[in-house]
Amino acid sequence: MTRRFSLPFNMTRFAKWLLVGSVFLYLYVPIAVLVANGFNEHKYGTEWRGFTLKWFEKLWHNTNLMDAAGHSLVVAVSSATLATLLGALGAIAMYRYDFRGKKFMGGLVFVEMMSPDIVLAIAFLLIFMALGISLGFWSLLLAHTTFCLPFTIITVFSRLNNFDNSVLDAARDLGASEWTAVRKILLPMSAPALIAGWLLSFTLSLDDVIISSFVSGPGYEILPIRVFSLVKIGVSPEVNVLATLMLVLSLTLVLLSQWILKRK
Amino acid sequence: MTRPDPFRWISILPVNLWLWLWVLLPTLLVVIVSFASRDPAELIAWDFTFDNYTRLADPLYLQVFWHSLWLAGITALLCLLLGFPFAWWLARLRPGPRALALFLIIIPFWTNSLIRTYAIKLILGKQGLINTVLLQMGIVETPLDLLYTPFAVVFGLVYILFPFMVLPLYSNLEKLDHSLIEAARDLGAGRWQVLRQIVIPLTMPGIVAGTLIVFLPAMGMFYISDLLGGAKNLLVGNVVRNQFLSSMDWPFGSAISITLIVLMGLLMLAYFQASKRINRAGGIHDSTL
Repeated sequence: MTRRFSLPFNMTRFAKWLLVGSVFLYLYVPIAVLVANGFNEHKYGTEWRGFTLKWFEKLWHNTNLMDAAGHSLVVAVSSATLATLLGALGAIAMYRYDFRGKKFMGGLVFVEMMSPDIVLAIAFLLIFMALGISLGFWSLLLAHTTFCLPFTIITVFSRLNNFDNSVLDAARDLGASEWTAVRKILLPMSAPALIAGWLLSFTLSLDDVIISSFVSGPGYEILPIRVFSLVKIGVSPEVNVLATLMLVLSLTLVLLSQWILKRK
Repeated sequence: MTRPDPFRWISILPVNLWLWLWVLLPTLLVVIVSFASRDPAELIAWDFTFDNYTRLADPLYLQVFWHSLWLAGITALLCLLLGFPFAWWLARLRPGPRALALFLIIIPFWTNSLIRTYAIKLILGKQGLINTVLLQMGIVETPLDLLYTPFAVVFGLVYILFPFMVLPLYSNLEKLDHSLIEAARDLGAGRWQVLRQIVIPLTMPGIVAGTLIVFLPAMGMFYISDLLGGAKNLLVGNVVRNQFLSSMDWPFGSAISITLIVLMGLLMLAYFQASKRINRAGGIHDSTL
């Protein structure tokens, strides 16, 4: 009855694949260009001049860039770990206990998550200046951990929320301490969420430009800041090689974590 | 029933202290500084004034704000128009391919967004991929000026922000009860009617969440307008960044940010009011979704 209103079947099918195809093309063509230029003989990547590995060697000798990439990874791994730890504790607190200021805590998490990065960036800069924290590794760690925290709290909380609290009460009644009950029941239960939260934080930290450009100092440059200063004068293909290597690293990390999860 | 236990405090205290120290306190500080004055030597002088807010009414800044709102608005709209059917497709895939498709949306994030924006600059340039393809296919005779236009900025913003639209839409569409659609179709509703009266109202929370998550950050992404927009296509983020890192007028920069936050609050308030009104009128309740 309603068929006559709809497009012929093949047309909708065509439209669907056109849409899906264009979206993936849109997402991946820039990545492909980025990767390809890491192997391109031509310095400015405007045309293909043949395959080369010379940029790998150049990158290896470019200590500034290598250091910046190393710093980025260190900040991403440590802030993701800290944010996951704090987030797990926070999610357990929200799930299991009633305390004064619980609603307020939820409000802070929500407001932080909705705040544009630029606002968080200046807020971090102001507090670091007010407390006399110099801009470098510690300011980056604090800022990155803080902007990842809402995401880890929510990831773990939504996993716990599907779980019956009475199992924990039963464990408590049978004499387990609160810590034992959490360790033996809640932590194993929330393992996938912990891994997901960690990966999300790692991703957000690596991807960040706005907050990092306000809270990093000359003594501890991370990759986006280094690249930002290069962009004005033209980026050399070493950056492309570096981006490719980091992409492969992240990909390996995620596939590895998925594999570990499956084996469990 | 539960005995008092030290773990309770281990779980409650650190995260709350952290949020108070690194979220609440800094936000209050921005509010306070936005009412302070500029001091050449000390950065901030504690003479309280509304000047920073009245200065925003300067046509120069109003124009940037307006242009920025416009660019962010177009970006959010395009993300929605592209993201909604895409999320619909995603939600109806079988679990295996769906996980793969979600994974493919996340992968670009593992390259820093600044580097991805730089890659877009390469594509849009006069000798970039788009112009090369258009020239070779004979569609244009001279390369198009794509870079340093509003188009380039929107292209970059949509590129970086698209996944933030798709994910909330997807999680909403995934929970959509398809029997409602079938029921509507059985009762004689056309496709269009089903979309307008069933699917869109039911996915409104996702649409609103996605739009806000795209719209607000879009105005702050100074590196995209820096790389792709040139001097004429500034975003609010560029102004804030300049106030903090080159003009050294932190109070004014703070006032601009507070204005952005207030705008965010107003948008959310408008949404909650609207959804309340719909509920009172006997519409579908958020909590049933």
